[in-house]
Amino acid sequence: MNFIQELGVLLKKNIREYGMYIALAFIMIIFTILTKGLFLSARNISNLFNQMGYIAVLAVGMTLVIVIRHIDLSVGSVAGFLGAIAAALLRNNFPLIPTILIIVGLGILVGLGNGFLVANIGLPAFVATLAGMMIFRGALLVFTQGTGTIIIMNDTFNAIGNGYIPDIPNNTNYHLLTIIIGLIVVAFYIMSDVRTRNNKLKYNFEVLSMRMFVLKEIFISAIIFYIFWTLASYNGISWTFAITLIITLIYHLLTTRTALGRHIYAVGGNPDAAQLSGIDVKKITLFVFGSMGLLTAISGILYTSRLQSATPDAGNLFELDSIAAAYVGGVSAAGGVGKVINSLIGALVMASLINGMNLVGVGISLQYIIRGAVLIAAVVFDIKTRSTAK
Amino acid sequence: MSDYILEMKDITKDFPGVRALDKVNLKVRRGEIHCLVGENGSGKSTLMKILSGFYPHGDFEGEIVFEGKPQKFRSIHDSERVGIVTIYQELALIPELTVYENIFLGHEIKSGRLIDWNKTIAMAKQVLEKVKPDLDTSRKVKELGVGHQQIVEIAKALTKNVKLLILDEPTSSLNEDDSENLLKIIKDLKKQGITSILISHKLKEVVEVADSITILRDGKTVANLNKEDGFSENEIIKYMVGREIEDIYPKRKKREFGDKIFEIKNWKAYDKTLGRYVVKNANMYVRKGEIVGVSGLMGAGRTELALSLFGNPKNYAVEGEMYFDGKKVRFRHPGEAIKAGLAYLSEDRKGTGLILDFDVKTNITITGLRQLVRGFFINDNEEIVLAEQFKESLKIKTPSIEQKVLNLSGGNQQKVSIAKWLFVKPKLLILDEPTRGIDVGAKYEIYTLMNKLVEEDGMSIIMISSELPEILGMSDRIYVVSGGRISGELSREEATQEKIMTMAVDY
Repeated sequence: MNFIQELGVLLKKNIREYGMYIALAFIMIIFTILTKGLFLSARNISNLFNQMGYIAVLAVGMTLVIVIRHIDLSVGSVAGFLGAIAAALLRNNFPLIPTILIIVGLGILVGLGNGFLVANIGLPAFVATLAGMMIFRGALLVFTQGTGTIIIMNDTFNAIGNGYIPDIPNNTNYHLLTIIIGLIVVAFYIMSDVRTRNNKLKYNFEVLSMRMFVLKEIFISAIIFYIFWTLASYNGISWTFAITLIITLIYHLLTTRTALGRHIYAVGGNPDAAQLSGIDVKKITLFVFGSMGLLTAISGILYTSRLQSATPDAGNLFELDSIAAAYVGGVSAAGGVGKVINSLIGALVMASLINGMNLVGVGISLQYIIRGAVLIAAVVFDIKTRSTAK
Repeated sequence: MSDYILEMKDITKDFPGVRALDKVNLKVRRGEIHCLVGENGSGKSTLMKILSGFYPHGDFEGEIVFEGKPQKFRSIHDSERVGIVTIYQELALIPELTVYENIFLGHEIKSGRLIDWNKTIAMAKQVLEKVKPDLDTSRKVKELGVGHQQIVEIAKALTKNVKLLILDEPTSSLNEDDSENLLKIIKDLKKQGITSILISHKLKEVVEVADSITILRDGKTVANLNKEDGFSENEIIKYMVGREIEDIYPKRKKREFGDKIFEIKNWKAYDKTLGRYVVKNANMYVRKGEIVGVSGLMGAGRTELALSLFGNPKNYAVEGEMYFDGKKVRFRHPGEAIKAGLAYLSEDRKGTGLILDFDVKTNITITGLRQLVRGFFINDNEEIVLAEQFKESLKIKTPSIEQKVLNLSGGNQQKVSIAKWLFVKPKLLILDEPTRGIDVGAKYEIYTLMNKLVEEDGMSIIMISSELPEILGMSDRIYVVSGGRISGELSREEATQEKIMTMAVDY
């Protein structure tokens, strides 16, 4: 088999996996052309990642919720509500760290509450969280009624959504620490892939041919490094981006390498079989909703800090944006299928669309229509390729 | 010179990487009951899917001639129009609708644009006259047993002017009574001129009802047998597996049993949703190294009994005493039961046994994943080594342990289901219908494995089964369940099919 043929076969076989990346590349190229390069400028890329953060974090949690065949519609309202509480606490000069801990704790509590209604009482998740969506939207309005928008003066808090990681002193125009981190990430990526490949070889499993493997490593490493390089030429890695990446990494490891993660997918794949295999389905459901609550709190903090204020309409439609991101990333409502990394990419696809359309000057009404169309296209693609790929 | 209603000539069908059918020929005479047999994966279902138009014309090679005319079915609709109706193993009824609504589903009787319900009910009664006159047409299908549901399916087929009825393992989930009933109906239909193709693993019933038999093996037609020449189960098995099986049940050593490892006294389970006791005052025990058979009709409470012991996942209200491994216990959920050394192989491997989207490896290790965790993470290497060991020792036929179990044949899926329980090294293994819907070869392997587990590994087994020969062939001791209570106990020596059946129908 020659090289081109091999590449063709590989692409065809993994079209589902690669489809989203191809779509992302396509969107980026289109907007780069339309904006005469502005879209891919260091400043805009940095901006794009910051805009994506609070949705990406939600999409990661939503992936697990959808994997176990549920849904959480309350996340937008809850994120807004928790953001407002954070703002109020900070305005009353409550110290930063305890504020964040309280918000995260409240988020987990709300999530567990949803989980309890779903797992223990047996409410459909759609209903339980739809109620949560209304209740917390109302609570947020009550909370901000007297004050209106709550401005946050705490600079450290505001840095979470707007600031960048510090640099090590150097004489270049580049953010050196960002470049170093980029190199470390690339090194880790390659090491982990080589380890997996060697392992598979040991057991005679199917692996990529050596030349394909090398090509893939170079290609992906180059993209990763390019991103960090671009960021380094601006202000470096933002706190939002760092938090998003760390959370995605933790959830990636959780879902792919731990027993808990395997159990979550088992519950999604076949709840009855999972239960008869000794898995406590209620506990898993509670955990997944609790984790959604935690991530909702983090999302609320990221958003509030980015705006440097809490507004009555904060968090509006976040639930739908994050659900859309997860579906674009290939999660299946039938349960048991979906990867958190792909949902992150899904969030990036949706954020790129919005960012690009804003740069080009597309009106908000048309933006919604296009986003809806892209969502349908992504899921249709996913379903069509799923039936052929075995 | 015979009159053939159906001729399928040189049918060849390829799936990616596999030739499922290789020049298969099937000839069915008008008005006969034609049985199609073969091991799982031999191509029976594929052949029937071609006949029904599920795989459209052009998707395969070969020719279909029905009633003397070559046919090019593009969909199931096309084949039904000429009078070929298939009843699948998974029934296509809507549980929440009534019998008469189901019978005319998809071809409702209308007056004008609206459904004429009176006429529908009358016609449903008229159709049921032919098969089961006493069935109440106004009951919801979900309230009927599987046996009656099958009959509703047949009635539905009759309303479509069926000429050729295809039944895909209709009796696999029926008890002996219902099976006999169904076979009688098929014979009655034959008298009315309806030809049937019956796919079945139960050779006894095949020999009983068939006028002719086509045997498939590995996608090829290996034999055509006619009633005039006489059938024998052994001969059929020989063709199916390509070798003669002297005895379907493997030889066993003389067994010595240890102490009681498990016992229940006055065990009751109350189903809150059904509002009745599903297990009543059961007393039973199992000794170390013993295979205890649990026999009984479908719906007698065998599975309910097993579930009430195995951590009670259905949340029955449970009363009574249970002793396991020397301790008085009451498991609150399956996880606890597994930890204590109890395992339960589900009767429904696709529905509640396996996670079909998971691969072989992950299905095997799901029961005891924590054993493989080192630090935070699952140790991939150990997991692979372990799964490979089970693949070897149970002879699971799969290209790789990373294959989704969805793509395995029934017998191999069942081996994976058993492997996942052997992984946690149980002391007592409850096997609920361990050989349902799997072929003769795989059955034999599972029986051999069961004997090995009790003889060499000192495990104990409770085997729930609807097949009497299996109960008689494998058990050291037998309990018979009837109407939620244990209606009798028999030793291996004294047990006969007649005695078991007498106890099973004793309410």
